[in-house]
Amino acid sequence: MSSALIRVAGLGKSYSTAAGPFPALRGVDLSIAAGEFVAIMGQSGSGKSTFMNLLGCLDTPTSGDYFLLDRNVAHLGRNELASLRNRTIGFVFQGFNLLPRMTLADNVALPLVYAGVERAQRQQRAQQELARVGLAAYADSLPSRISGGQQQRVAIARALVTSPPLILADEPTGNLDSHTSAEIMHLLATLNAAGITIVLVTHEADIAAWAQRQVRFLDGLIVSDVATPARVPGQC
Amino acid sequence: MLKAMLGEAWRAMGANRMRTALTMLGMVIGVGSVVLMMAIGQGAQYAVAQTISTMGSNLYIVISGSTSAGGLRSGGGGGPSLNVADAEAIAQLEGVSRVAPVHQGRQQLVHGANNWSATVVGTTPAYFDARAWAVSNGYPFGDSDVRSATRVALIGQTIADNLFGSDDPVGKTIRIQQSPFLVIGVLGKKGQNLDGRDQDDTVIVPLTTAQRKVFGTPFPGSVRVMMVQAASAEAMPGVETSMIALLRQRHRLREGQDNDFYIRNLTAAADSAAETTRVMSLLLGAIASVSLLVGGIGIMNIMLVSVTERTREIGIRMAIGARQKDILSQFLLEALIISVAGCLIGLLLGIGGALLVNAITDMVIVISGGSVLVAFAVAAGIGIFFGFYPARRAAALDPIEALRHQ
Repeated sequence: MSSALIRVAGLGKSYSTAAGPFPALRGVDLSIAAGEFVAIMGQSGSGKSTFMNLLGCLDTPTSGDYFLLDRNVAHLGRNELASLRNRTIGFVFQGFNLLPRMTLADNVALPLVYAGVERAQRQQRAQQELARVGLAAYADSLPSRISGGQQQRVAIARALVTSPPLILADEPTGNLDSHTSAEIMHLLATLNAAGITIVLVTHEADIAAWAQRQVRFLDGLIVSDVATPARVPGQC
Repeated sequence: MLKAMLGEAWRAMGANRMRTALTMLGMVIGVGSVVLMMAIGQGAQYAVAQTISTMGSNLYIVISGSTSAGGLRSGGGGGPSLNVADAEAIAQLEGVSRVAPVHQGRQQLVHGANNWSATVVGTTPAYFDARAWAVSNGYPFGDSDVRSATRVALIGQTIADNLFGSDDPVGKTIRIQQSPFLVIGVLGKKGQNLDGRDQDDTVIVPLTTAQRKVFGTPFPGSVRVMMVQAASAEAMPGVETSMIALLRQRHRLREGQDNDFYIRNLTAAADSAAETTRVMSLLLGAIASVSLLVGGIGIMNIMLVSVTERTREIGIRMAIGARQKDILSQFLLEALIISVAGCLIGLLLGIGGALLVNAITDMVIVISGGSVLVAFAVAAGIGIFFGFYPARRAAALDPIEALRHQ
């Protein structure tokens, strides 16, 4: 087995509240290999969002270690985490989170601005990724001109533009109807087939069914971790 | 990178045009009023400096003082306590470059059918140098004219205009107190003095001629007033002390006896006039600066609102890899653009306003590169200073909190 893309050991996170420290995660161990498609499931308050924030390097744990590409990132500073998010992780959110005043091409190219890539190359890469999600024709439109499903595709293009090995999708279909949801999941499955590791948070069983592995959280701990039969892309 | 950031700042500002324009207006008014007030203040300083320079530099006026005879005290210049010999003795003192005795009064001038009342100054050639008074047409009289009391006169521009109109006065004759005087030159234009009196309304004649033909004095050789010019501003206090000592000795004044002359320092009066305008222009600038400050606070206010409104955007940017300094420079850049653009417009309006004031009121205005540069630097400084706090708040946001913001 190749070395894990993600490995967490004894990962804990507690928040201070008025009633004392509240442990949202209580020592989680998990390993995700490169190329996996993992669904994280659980009710609200189960700790799955906290876990995703930690995986996404948006937050740092209060205890335990997080190895991303064999590097312990549990105690990095804000700027190092920002660079890590920029180069290693692509984010797909429930609410799409495109910047409303920018054209789709500029939205997709934005991570490259922070990566310090030159303008000509940025535009070229953005066009490539838009074409990959089938929206090249809308490059100069504003996000408000296209549908929710299309916006989510643009968000995926933005996540892909720095060629990260990992995509974190937080309820990517939560705001979409079932048909569009299936399209988005199909797109993610295609990307996974191309070798990109995908970690997906969802509470819907049929969405989770797209993944090869389902990890269930409850009260800040992993309660089940099962492989599911692989679903062939195109079977939607 | 900078180009992309400029483009984003432009978009962000364009999204709220009205708000951006109003914020900018604060800077426009601030910078505009600073530039206008500085132009007016410096103009006033310039005008006073011009007037002072027409007076002559490092000058003392020594006036023959009150003599008291049997309890009757005459006023200053009343008794003829000074004489030509005093003037010559003062001229020998260290630090004194020129002494010009002056005998002056108002007389009626006549030329043909025209007549005009003007100040007649009887003096020596040193007077022209002491007061830095050039002759614009013709030539000044010399020491020989004073010795032989020739009837020659130099007339000021105002007199030339009123007696001769557009004719050339040089070589013509004017009559003062029935005596004919040959006009040998026209004095250069000097304008008003600090009291607002027209300095060009003056006729200058040799001292001896004035005493004998114009004023007629019962004390020949006595002098009511003399102008003493020190070699430098540093030499002035020493000159004053040694003049007093010399005159007291020459006039045989005993210890405890009052001086029978007065010494006035013209430079001190000029300095106080210059100081007054300097304080005035500082005051104008200070008042205008308050509006610049208010403009800066307006920028800070709007940037804080903008940061709150765009919290989610900041979260998204952070999630996709913006570092704190990226967010900081983005908001700082916006504040800077608003203040610098406002400053440029304000500069144009301020300069335009100053030119308008100049055209309407013929008030002197001075727009110096320095004041423009200062206004620009201050505006940029205000952009950074008042933009920094909101920008830092934006950069310090927690990415998770910011993403959750609706």
